[in-house]
Amino acid sequence: MSEYNVTIGLEVHAQLLTRTKMFCSCEATYGDAPNTHACPVCLGLPGALPVPNKAAIEMAIKVGLAAGCSITQQTKFDRKNYFYPDLPKGYQISQFDLPICVGGGLEIRGGWGTKRVGITRMHLEEDAGKSLHGDSDGTLVDLNRCGAPLIEIVSEPDMKSPEEAYAYLTEVRRLVRWLGICDGNLEEGSLRCDANISVAKVGEKLGVPVEIKNLNSFRGVERAIKYEIIRQSEALERGEKIVRMTLLWDEDKGETRPMRTKEAAHDYRYFPEPDLVELHVSEELIEATRAGTPELPWVRRDRFAGMGVKADDADILASDKEFADYFEEVLEVLTGSNPPPPHPSIEGGDRAARASRWVVGEAMRWRKELGEGRRFVVTAQATGKVAALEGEGKISGIAAKTVYEELARSGRNDPDVVVKEKGLEQVSDTGALEAAIAKIIADNPSEVARYRAGDVKLKGFFVGQVMKAMGGKADPKATGEVLTRLLG
Amino acid sequence: MSASSHLDVLERLSVAGRVEAIRTGKLNLVSATSEYFLCIEDSGLNAFLALLPEQALVMATEVQAQVKAGQEKPLAGVVLAVKDNIALKDAQLSCASKILEGYVSPYTATALQRLIDAGVTIVGKTNLDEFAMGSSTEHSAFGPTLNPFDTDRAPGGSSGGSAAAVAAGLCTASLGSETGGSVRQPAAFCGVVGLKPTYGRVSRFGLVAFGSSLDQIGVMAKTADETARVFEVMAGLDPKDNTTSPTPVPDCGGMLGRSLEGLRVGLPQEYLADGMQEEVKGAITLATKALIKLGATVEACSLPHTRYAIPVYYILAPAEASSNLARYDGVRYGPRAEADDIIRASRQAGFGAEVKRRIMLGTYVLSSGYYDAYYLKAQKVRRLIRQDFLDVFQKFDLLLTPTTPTTAFKLGEKTGDPLAMYLSDIFTAPANLAGVPAISVPFGNDYKGLPIGIQLMAADFREDLLLNAAAKLEGLR
Repeated sequence: MSEYNVTIGLEVHAQLLTRTKMFCSCEATYGDAPNTHACPVCLGLPGALPVPNKAAIEMAIKVGLAAGCSITQQTKFDRKNYFYPDLPKGYQISQFDLPICVGGGLEIRGGWGTKRVGITRMHLEEDAGKSLHGDSDGTLVDLNRCGAPLIEIVSEPDMKSPEEAYAYLTEVRRLVRWLGICDGNLEEGSLRCDANISVAKVGEKLGVPVEIKNLNSFRGVERAIKYEIIRQSEALERGEKIVRMTLLWDEDKGETRPMRTKEAAHDYRYFPEPDLVELHVSEELIEATRAGTPELPWVRRDRFAGMGVKADDADILASDKEFADYFEEVLEVLTGSNPPPPHPSIEGGDRAARASRWVVGEAMRWRKELGEGRRFVVTAQATGKVAALEGEGKISGIAAKTVYEELARSGRNDPDVVVKEKGLEQVSDTGALEAAIAKIIADNPSEVARYRAGDVKLKGFFVGQVMKAMGGKADPKATGEVLTRLLG
Repeated sequence: MSASSHLDVLERLSVAGRVEAIRTGKLNLVSATSEYFLCIEDSGLNAFLALLPEQALVMATEVQAQVKAGQEKPLAGVVLAVKDNIALKDAQLSCASKILEGYVSPYTATALQRLIDAGVTIVGKTNLDEFAMGSSTEHSAFGPTLNPFDTDRAPGGSSGGSAAAVAAGLCTASLGSETGGSVRQPAAFCGVVGLKPTYGRVSRFGLVAFGSSLDQIGVMAKTADETARVFEVMAGLDPKDNTTSPTPVPDCGGMLGRSLEGLRVGLPQEYLADGMQEEVKGAITLATKALIKLGATVEACSLPHTRYAIPVYYILAPAEASSNLARYDGVRYGPRAEADDIIRASRQAGFGAEVKRRIMLGTYVLSSGYYDAYYLKAQKVRRLIRQDFLDVFQKFDLLLTPTTPTTAFKLGEKTGDPLAMYLSDIFTAPANLAGVPAISVPFGNDYKGLPIGIQLMAADFREDLLLNAAAKLEGLR
């Protein structure tokens, strides 16, 4: 079999988290009884007119700037004409030749290293309604979603493998969630993805592009592209021609099937939307939006890594703004712990590393295990407090985990009280330690003799005895010091 | 009773006079309103598609009480007929089309709501060419309206019902809509005043769209004064229509009566073409003399791109219409044809021939491969047409032209020849393409006794100039 070059471009639709729809004041909420959020405008009643939603325009500018796009200051809306029962006006208001954002790109990382996937354009448009194909009632139409604001993000055909496509989609999702403009849920359709794929023998010119629709999970995107690469390369191997067409991905069967060929493709007859005046995006609006944009994920990741957070942990923390914010709050508690940390180890990088260990290792573990609806079960304040108690040597590492589990399971956020209730404070009072160690030395004369004869490995035996005697509450560092002194 | 009926009392008064007469009890608006319904029943013009007697009497009763209680209702006593492509809550909105037969609007158009708030009484919804596509009201799915001056003739269109209703005294004022002359042309044919405001002056929210970039709601009445009073109330910025202008609306009615001394009037030569009815030409000559006598200067001028107006109009308006009319698919409202393809079957059964013709034209000019040659090119020429007006208004305050090349034509005379029908908008379509305001004023009659309309055009948002000059000219009749 010959070698093939694969070229992939993605079109991602993200539903914007505005309060109201793109062109009317109906609430943009989902899951309510059908057709309860519909007005003359989004129902397409005779005489109704659209009015653009400023918040949606600002969100588009925000994501455009974040992805390095330039903002089209003199932009406009266009009509895309086609008939469908869930498209009340018989056209969709979209943007054709002057999209609000152009150029830009996102970096993806993986086995291939780091590469940039270019973004051709981003444009605003309104969503269609939902057709519910029932059995007995025929097709029913729910227009609650109709008119909801969408931004379509179109990539350059820069991806070469399903893995790269997956990584790019993940990056898009992270960005829109990070900016708070979309909740990024592929399964529920708040993020939707179409893929354009072409396959050609190495050395030959670009293949015929084929579009795959209905990709409603990350796994589906990867599987569908894989399937299509195999299908096309096998067809080319047999000497067949690839026909330009649109395919539907069938998640259950794990295959693509033709939806329509180019010949049957729509002529959307785009033309400028005469009901809306041309949109001027002012320099002030662009600057205000830029100023209101949070530190971007890749910048934050690098900052975390620079603080001493392990690279893998920095990736995880910057994968979601909620994690990153949580981490920063934990770190703040840890840094500001009062009285100032006596322990020399809680400084700078170590502090950040400790905070990230607690967030990635504990807070996120318990969130996964117990956090219904994906929520942190222990507050960042409490997590920071536990990390500080451990860092200051007030409780042992084991005790800290015990305390944390208690907090996670009970939903309490008072580590100090839990420590007291369970009697987990470490003993670093040398008097109590000395008394205990003196007793151990007296009770184990042969081990003491062997240690003193040079068998230093027995130190561990003595530490274990101390811990046992003190019920696990001995400060390991103080224990070591007293032992060394008393054993001579 | 008939000699001194309430209706007669009302008709003899100006708008301001009616408010005063209602306040003092000299005019009983409720009685007058009921008399209008009797007249409408008797007229036999088919001017109305729907009568609203219950709503009208409720409105009249309320307004009368409010005026007597001292509330400010500047349009109390304006008895209004509304073209049936303008939405009024709980009233039918058929656009004279089978595809909207039985459809009742759940909301009221912004412009109409402003009039209701100012005290008008709405008597009914008037006939029109289906979806306002036509120049004779013969393309109504519910039969043509007859011209009250000669019932063998067309009232013009598309707002033929609204023009005939005013002319026949079935209301005191009416709302029409313009895309290419649909207020001014029937106003001329029926001998009433018809104003097309500047594009963006009056909210289109609630006006069923035909050519969105051209559409405006217009006013018809017997006098410039009543036209001005209705216009100034409904005009102005509307947050529900993105294309409305924030330009302040002057008190046009209050400003009537200003002298025309020094007014610069242009006579565009392109509007005095051959093939025009002699009496229409004569009316322009008379109007020119009258204006000069009133202190204005009149000079020839040129709008060189005028001859492209009709071709450009018949590319752009159908293009927009083909998209605007896509929503009538039988899915959500209107009659639904039972078939495998509901959309196709409903549209096939619901639209009339002229509407289908324009949908096809519009679909064609927007199709890939033809867009640049037709739609895009037409947009460019449209800008040239507008530029002509901007240039000429550097030198002139008003332009004087005929409204139509001929007086009212016979019913059936042009229905077989769409192009001949389209040419009846030749003098009116340019103002829609340019967006400038224009008015048709009755100015004499031809030898058959049919009214002649003359047209005045002004720069953006200068409806006040149009109305003032119209008031002066109508005084000369």
